[in-house]
Amino acid sequence: MSGEGREAVLAAIRDALGSRVGVAPVPRGYRTGAGVGGAGGDLVARFCARVAEYRATVHLTASDELEAAIASVLRGAGARRVAVPFGLPWRPPGVELLEDAPSLPARTLDGVDAVLTGCALAIAETGTFVLDGTGESGRRMLTLVPDHHVCVVRADQIVLGLPEAITALDPSRPLTFVSGPSATSDIELERVEGVHGPRVLDVIVVAAPPSATNKVPV
Amino acid sequence: MSKGGFPEAARVALGDAQLRRNLGRATSTIRAKRARVVAEVADWEELRDAGAAIKERAMATLPEQLERLEAAVTAAGGVVHWARDATEANAIVAGIAHAAGAREVIKVKSLATDEIGLNGALADAGISAIETDLAELIVQLAGDRPSHILVPAIHYNRDEIRAIFEGSITGGAALDPEPRALAEAARRHLREKFMTVPMAVSGANFGVAETGTVCVVESEGNGRFCLTLPEVLVTVMGIEKVLPEWRDLEVMLQLLPRSSTGERMNPYTSLWTGVHAGDGPREFHLVLLDNGRTDVLADAVGRQALHCIRCSACLNVCPVYERTGGHAYDSVYPGPIGAILTPQLEGLGEAPTLPFASSLCGACYEVCPVKIDIPSVLVHLRGRVVREERSRLAPEALAMRTLAGVCGSRRRYETAQKLARLGRGPLAKLPGSPLKGWTAARDLPEVPAQSFRDWWSAR
Repeated sequence: MSGEGREAVLAAIRDALGSRVGVAPVPRGYRTGAGVGGAGGDLVARFCARVAEYRATVHLTASDELEAAIASVLRGAGARRVAVPFGLPWRPPGVELLEDAPSLPARTLDGVDAVLTGCALAIAETGTFVLDGTGESGRRMLTLVPDHHVCVVRADQIVLGLPEAITALDPSRPLTFVSGPSATSDIELERVEGVHGPRVLDVIVVAAPPSATNKVPV
Repeated sequence: MSKGGFPEAARVALGDAQLRRNLGRATSTIRAKRARVVAEVADWEELRDAGAAIKERAMATLPEQLERLEAAVTAAGGVVHWARDATEANAIVAGIAHAAGAREVIKVKSLATDEIGLNGALADAGISAIETDLAELIVQLAGDRPSHILVPAIHYNRDEIRAIFEGSITGGAALDPEPRALAEAARRHLREKFMTVPMAVSGANFGVAETGTVCVVESEGNGRFCLTLPEVLVTVMGIEKVLPEWRDLEVMLQLLPRSSTGERMNPYTSLWTGVHAGDGPREFHLVLLDNGRTDVLADAVGRQALHCIRCSACLNVCPVYERTGGHAYDSVYPGPIGAILTPQLEGLGEAPTLPFASSLCGACYEVCPVKIDIPSVLVHLRGRVVREERSRLAPEALAMRTLAGVCGSRRRYETAQKLARLGRGPLAKLPGSPLKGWTAARDLPEVPAQSFRDWWSAR
């Protein structure tokens, strides 16, 4: 807005830097996605273990039993009214779904029992899933205001680390990296789960082959 | 900075046993957490090398990066403002609040807005700023100042926090001192504010020049609320926070959480690019702040202080910080990084004692995720203080000149040795002299009864 401020700041920077010296390229000797692959089963196991360490609850299920698994998690928490992004493909039996179309107001979201979403991708090393504001992720507000978030992660959405995730994500979308439930360590650096964001987080991981439903012991 | 500077403020802090207990417990806890999660990253040193190079590149090409950032944010529907100093930045934010009709704004924890005194400036403009980070809220309700970059209320224990809340947000109702109950009280207090306040102000951990994406890293979800629910969002970002490329985030988002809270990843990291239709604020303003940063940039040695990503690992390992706490540094930026950043941002004359607030043990450099050589910058700044602020340090300069004179001639040196044995003269302790502060912290060896020279000439 203030063109005067802009020119003054840029001039001050150029002045401070003096005559420009060569800039060394960034050494990227750290691990990147190149050459990594074929660790599918390991990724799922690592992702599940790391999510559980944040004191979220992890559930492993088969693709043909997903809706039943969702219903079981929601019933277990006593959740009846559940917000979902528009067009979410899963229809867990016995649950009233509130579709986010037209957009649900914040007050309504404050009154629902839970929110159910998918995600854009997940990161094994850090136990993180990433929401990208569209499709199965839903608007940002949707996964923020309710006190209980149930997120479905498909095995093929799990990547190894941050480098793979940053490469795959679209910067033009609003992105939220979620690693466990809302938490604070502000009092004596003791981690407490649950401040403003959802205090309860369930992550349902859909392993590729149809098999019996298991709950990962945490 | 107060008149007595760091030494005087530190002496007061050292007399507070409760403060030292709180700090000792907290810093040892977080040191252990950090060490554990850093040790499991096989390529940690490669990430540090990349992090250092990314910041160096960003600083060396800063005008270009800021222009790219401005263009990308603008293209995505945001508005970019430039502020030379605190006054300009505060006026810009107040102006946006007035235009939005906001009498209240909610705030995400932000060192940049603490640095420019935004809350006070908004209050003067009739706008109340509500801190939503738990620790910032505690400090605000207590009428206190933050004492740590990451955990601003680290100097309080749970009982003290309970008392602060009972005297404010609970309206006298009794609280359990368990952290869980205290967090619940903050949640209830702030939820209505999140639902109703029309404008939020945040800082930024990173701003990506390539894409115009701004990043805020947090734990509680208060950040997500501020970034998502209000109609208007203003982000105040120091110009040094720019990253050239999108992929630079793959380095920084690995380095920051592990160094900061000692977690593999913090609970919530938000990234947004301008305005997103139907999702989040309808208006986004990015205020790019200089406020002394270009002065830091002008010092070729000291400019690496601008590489800081505000993780606070250097505070947690510093033997000086652990004993004095953050308030003794009298700055938004305490600890080792503050000791090199504050005097450069505010001018050496404003904080001439801070470069000396260190034992140069080097622990800060060892843990710094972007390899800022804090000890070398401290030594460099000490030199600048002596050269540029010589008159303020006259006693030490005088003593050094005297010593040079004494040692410069055999006759004067031998005379001085004899006088020292008699308990007086320039080589003896100097009680009551302007140098007592210097000698109090250093042990002088006992003066032997006979010097080597005397022994040699007598044999």
